Amino acid sequence: MPGVQADKKQPPAAPSRPAPSVHVRGLRAFYGRAERVKGIDLDLPANEVTAIIGPSGCGKSTMIRCINRLHEEIAGARSEGRVLLDSVNIYDPAVDVIAVRRAIGMVFQRPNPFPAMSIFDNVAAGPRLSGVRRERLRQRVQDALESAGLWHEVHDRLSQPALALSGGQQQRLCIARALAVEPEVILMDEPCSALDPTATLRIEELLDDLKSRVTIAIVTHNMQQAARVADRTAFLLDGELIEVGPTQEIFTTPRDRRTEDYVTGKFG
Amino acid sequence: MANQVGAVLTPGPGLRRRRRTDRLMRASATAAAMLAVAILAIMVGSVAVHGASQLSISFLTENPAGGSLVGLAGGGIANAIIGSALLVAVATAMALPMGVLIAIYLTELSTPRTARPVRLALDLLNGLPTIVTGIFVFGLLVASHGQSGIAASFALAVVILPVITRTTQEMLLLVPRDLRDAAHALGISRWRTITSVVLPGALGGILTGVVLALARAAGETAPLLLTSSIFSSHTTLNVFGAAIPNIPIDIFSYSESPFPVEHAKAWGAALVLIVLILVGNLTARALLARQRRRLGVL
Repeated sequence: MPGVQADKKQPPAAPSRPAPSVHVRGLRAFYGRAERVKGIDLDLPANEVTAIIGPSGCGKSTMIRCINRLHEEIAGARSEGRVLLDSVNIYDPAVDVIAVRRAIGMVFQRPNPFPAMSIFDNVAAGPRLSGVRRERLRQRVQDALESAGLWHEVHDRLSQPALALSGGQQQRLCIARALAVEPEVILMDEPCSALDPTATLRIEELLDDLKSRVTIAIVTHNMQQAARVADRTAFLLDGELIEVGPTQEIFTTPRDRRTEDYVTGKFG
Repeated sequence: MANQVGAVLTPGPGLRRRRRTDRLMRASATAAAMLAVAILAIMVGSVAVHGASQLSISFLTENPAGGSLVGLAGGGIANAIIGSALLVAVATAMALPMGVLIAIYLTELSTPRTARPVRLALDLLNGLPTIVTGIFVFGLLVASHGQSGIAASFALAVVILPVITRTTQEMLLLVPRDLRDAAHALGISRWRTITSVVLPGALGGILTGVVLALARAAGETAPLLLTSSIFSSHTTLNVFGAAIPNIPIDIFSYSESPFPVEHAKAWGAALVLIVLILVGNLTARALLARQRRRLGVL
């Protein structure tokens, strides 16, 4: 570990170039015959955090699973419409789905580290497969763990099983694992719903740092969380986008009655 | 007042009858369950009682005394133990890769529509009488090329293929969908996800299936009668050559012999076989418990 000690607390790579923006256009998603996302147009502006809120079953998760084409992995699921990464349609037949997922990372509701792997191997899993060499791999893992705010807690036990970490640490490990692939967009599907308030706070603080490098979409059930972390907020209901705008506006002066009812807690 | 309360709380004839039925059903179910244990205990016990006198180092390490079944005392079944191990090992080597691939197809790649016929075929194969498997292999290989180790192993492989497939498939299904999602989201290809995330997670379970299959194959007799039924005092290692002596056929041959000394050897061989199979099954259970615990941590 001498190499690791040498470069002290150097901040992880400064923003080399702005992250891309994402434009969802006419997106519809189905499970078998059931339509869960019913024609959504939504922009995720570059280097911003966009929160997606709405009651359970409104299609939030399904929609973001279409943004990295994970939706199609479910048997019987399909989608229509376009998702543009800057100007490239990720559903274009010429586009490789693997490349899409490397550019658009994802963090899930429940921490899901690979149980058979160590902390190091979890973070290294993505880059290893894209042929990152051994010496560079170590650095890549360290950078990712630092960006996820986990390095200082785990640097002396990288070879321990990932499941030895606490729930909050496991979720930050999953964030590090996603970052290690160096994505340009990160999708978070209720990343704090299984965590306690302290662990939640740590992840919310992370988002602020991360958005200098990546464009972020976060699905959340928790409206306070949306208010704390998001630049913009989108409100979904029954598979449709009801309203999207600066977070401040959505929570104080929503234009749509249904948005107002939801954010004031009249239903949900 | 007190009387009314008493009337409510004292069982009437209907309730008493229902209680009797309840007790009766419970007792019969318990008895049936104990009977299962008793049958196993009696069987293992009687084999142990009859066979124990035969058990000795030389019984396990020496080949049969004399060239054929002539009622000689002494000697052992070493060549049959080696033969059985060899046949079972070759059978597993054939069935394991295929079984794992089929399980991967069923859990990871197929759609419900394409999985159904495959699963049905495996169920039917599992229920196929093994004498039928034996006669099929007899027609396929033995009729033209004579009995051989490879024919016997092939027949055993057909018998254990559904066992390996089924257990592997169950283990793959135990690996949480979350992990597949996580791997896909990292841009790890489907096949790499299977080899680097799903299979390692299920490895313990696959081993369980293999051990169960070994135990099953070791005891199969019907297919061997048609493909490798030989009694000899030689050790045969060439699976592509002639028939290979093995424990089930030894038990059968000894028990058919007119000499009491050889009946005793049949019991001894049966005891060896039963112990091997019990150890195999218990190992499988231990492995499975370990696997469940590991995945249960999630």
